[in-house]
Amino acid sequence: MRLPSFLQRTATFDHGIHPVYHKETGCLPIRRFPYAPKLFVPLSQHIGKPAIAAVKVGQEVLRGEIIATADGFLSLPIHAPATGVVEAISPIASDSGKMEMAITIRVYEADSQEIKVRNPHELEGLKGKDLALIMQEVGVAGKGGAVFPTHAKLVPPSGAVIDTLLVNGAECEPFLTCDHRIMLERAHDVLTGIKYARRVCGAPRAIIGIEDNKPDAIAALQAALPDDGTVSIKVLETKYPQGAAETMTYAILGREVPVGKRSSAIGVIMNNVMTLAYMGRLLPLGEGMTERVVTIAGPAVARPGNYIVPLGTPLRFLLEWVGARSNASEVILGGPMMGAAVSSLDVPITKGVCGVLAFGKTEVEPQRSYPCIHCGECLSACPKKLNPTQMGLLAAKREFEVMADRFSLGECFECGCCSYVCPSHIPLVQQFRIAKSFLKDKARSA
Amino acid sequence: MTQPIELRAAPHQHSGRDVPTIMRNVVYSMLPICVFSIWQYGLSSAALIFVVTLSCLAAERINNHFSGSVNTLSDWSAAITGIILALTLPPAFPLWMGAVAGFSAIWLGKSIFGGLGQNPFNPALIGRAFVQAAFPTAISTWAPAFAPHRFSEFIPSSLAAPFMSPPDIVLWAKQQGVDAFTGATPLARWKFENISASSMDLLTGNVTASAGETSAILILLCGLYLAFRKFLDWRIPVAVLGSVVLVAWVFHFAQPARYPTPTFVLLSGGLMLGAWFMATDMATSPVTPRGIWLYGALIGILTVVIRYFGGLTEGVMYAILIANAAAPLLDQFSQPRVFGNERDKS
Ligand code: SF4
Ligand code: SF4
Repeated sequence: MRLPSFLQRTATFDHGIHPVYHKETGCLPIRRFPYAPKLFVPLSQHIGKPAIAAVKVGQEVLRGEIIATADGFLSLPIHAPATGVVEAISPIASDSGKMEMAITIRVYEADSQEIKVRNPHELEGLKGKDLALIMQEVGVAGKGGAVFPTHAKLVPPSGAVIDTLLVNGAECEPFLTCDHRIMLERAHDVLTGIKYARRVCGAPRAIIGIEDNKPDAIAALQAALPDDGTVSIKVLETKYPQGAAETMTYAILGREVPVGKRSSAIGVIMNNVMTLAYMGRLLPLGEGMTERVVTIAGPAVARPGNYIVPLGTPLRFLLEWVGARSNASEVILGGPMMGAAVSSLDVPITKGVCGVLAFGKTEVEPQRSYPCIHCGECLSACPKKLNPTQMGLLAAKREFEVMADRFSLGECFECGCCSYVCPSHIPLVQQFRIAKSFLKDKARSA
Repeated sequence: MTQPIELRAAPHQHSGRDVPTIMRNVVYSMLPICVFSIWQYGLSSAALIFVVTLSCLAAERINNHFSGSVNTLSDWSAAITGIILALTLPPAFPLWMGAVAGFSAIWLGKSIFGGLGQNPFNPALIGRAFVQAAFPTAISTWAPAFAPHRFSEFIPSSLAAPFMSPPDIVLWAKQQGVDAFTGATPLARWKFENISASSMDLLTGNVTASAGETSAILILLCGLYLAFRKFLDWRIPVAVLGSVVLVAWVFHFAQPARYPTPTFVLLSGGLMLGAWFMATDMATSPVTPRGIWLYGALIGILTVVIRYFGGLTEGVMYAILIANAAAPLLDQFSQPRVFGNERDKS
């Protein structure tokens, strides 16, 4: 239920949940991670076409050098995350569970790992798609969840007028604090990124949305805001999923993204703070994306924190280095609400990985599940105002079409609020995912 | 760490509130009402609550055994049914009839529909409706509160042997020295003699009623506790009680001599217990916001209508049963508006 605005302390959306946040790593400064002996760099670290390998086995590569080129506009080049030698170009395990092509680099141990290859451009006066094409060379993709190439996301579809660039600094997933640290430590980069992003999308103003559990980050950004008043900060209630595009757009602007449309239809383009911070840092220097900040945490991690991790670092190396406890039995990429458990520790860190969480045996003990008691908790938690109660009952009967036709299954963005609150421990989101992929397969084969 | 062995689906966190927690808290919240009832009616009431609850648990267990399902006693839902059912029965209800009520509540009200969460009607009310039909005299035979020897003697009807007619309570009350006892509930006295009980008596429980329906204020407090801890949906009792007051006020305003005050209607009979503990049963109430309000309002309106125009003195039970039947329909016609959808989709 939405409170009248005068009772509302901070901007927010309807429904949602208040999980335990476990944001202890938020007070730890970002530290640099060492180089693993071998890095595994997948050619597809973004949504869109995979990059095309531009190196040969046995070839020496310098850190920052392009090792794979973009295949069209909706694609990204890949830069060597370390100086070393290409050992293989072969399929490896990926976080999706499928095998994917990757370039394996054996890192030169004694190398200083300076960035030696830069390609800066004259940015003055450039805007719109011209600037986007230069952005593409940096190779930045969305750092939040969906790994959409940033330059492509910033270009509005023809005809759309963008009035606001929303910058997502909510970081509503428990455990994750990398965006928090970035806003705190690299406020300047964030604002530089916003400057260039606005030039591409043409938005006259930008609003940064931050949950009110990060007062230090809010203060740091506030101090760095430009004087012309075109960039402002909106403090948001700490509530999950405040950082989802739909909920945040509603919380800040009161606009709902119409069903089946993109947010550009209502004049909004959203980017994540870390994405823009890297864009702001790398674009003026003409450097490529070779690393990212990752939160490594969870009950089974001895030394949790925020680390600058070279892209391609395998999880096994990562967890050994932060001291995974012996009871660790589940490793998740991303946050605990939406992140996926990995099946192999050979999976490398890629551009879209914001967190690595390790849980011990006891924390993942399966709970006894009960029949749906029709309590309606899931319905009261769903930020999309769907009816998970009915959809859950239908899913159990495998009536997937009814779920889609009558209960807007397609609108579910799998935030997990319904499963989180369900006292019967019914895996609702999981059922919805199965239903969706079933319908997708059916549509494809039809 | 060599390889991750657990591959579980997101979300990897849970609120920690599960079915047994909710049900257990509902049971706790009813304990004060039970204690008050025992204090009022003594041994008879204690034995009734015990026997009815035990028979519900036994019915559930037997059902588990024959259906080969897991043990479902641990979800506490059978215990809730038992306690609520006991509280709606007259305090001196013969114990063997109480056991019949308990078994019929679980078997006819719940098990045949597939158990927890699948029952369309509140099982406690099914049990009560069953014994109301089977034992019409006993279910409307009330007992005097605060009889002097209530902690040492049973009210005689409690111990009636199966299929024998129970002894006369009014006679026993005289022997006990409780003179004012007439054996009629405030609602019956209003209906047949047009005498309204005082609000104070209704609030504190100084009236003739079912075992757990006497003190409106106590039920209110217990219900508020549950609502506050979010173990029941506050919208349901608010809708029920609000619509009762509204409808009763309209009648009273039109014909003050004929219809009682809204306060009397609100505080008398099983309304409080029904609104807080029976209408709120999760399995049998709607889940959509509009559905919930409509459901509550339906119960309120039906309660008043049955009380005023029906042959029965009390209407809450049937009002809830009818609304239970309407719940799936209400849910269907009040689908929430999906976020981002301009038009209502129903
Ligand atoms: S996962 Fe889907 S159905 Fe569940 S709360 Fe989120 S949007 Fe609603
Ligand atoms: S939260 Fe779980 S038990 Fe409650 S209505 Fe939803 S699916 Fe059913």
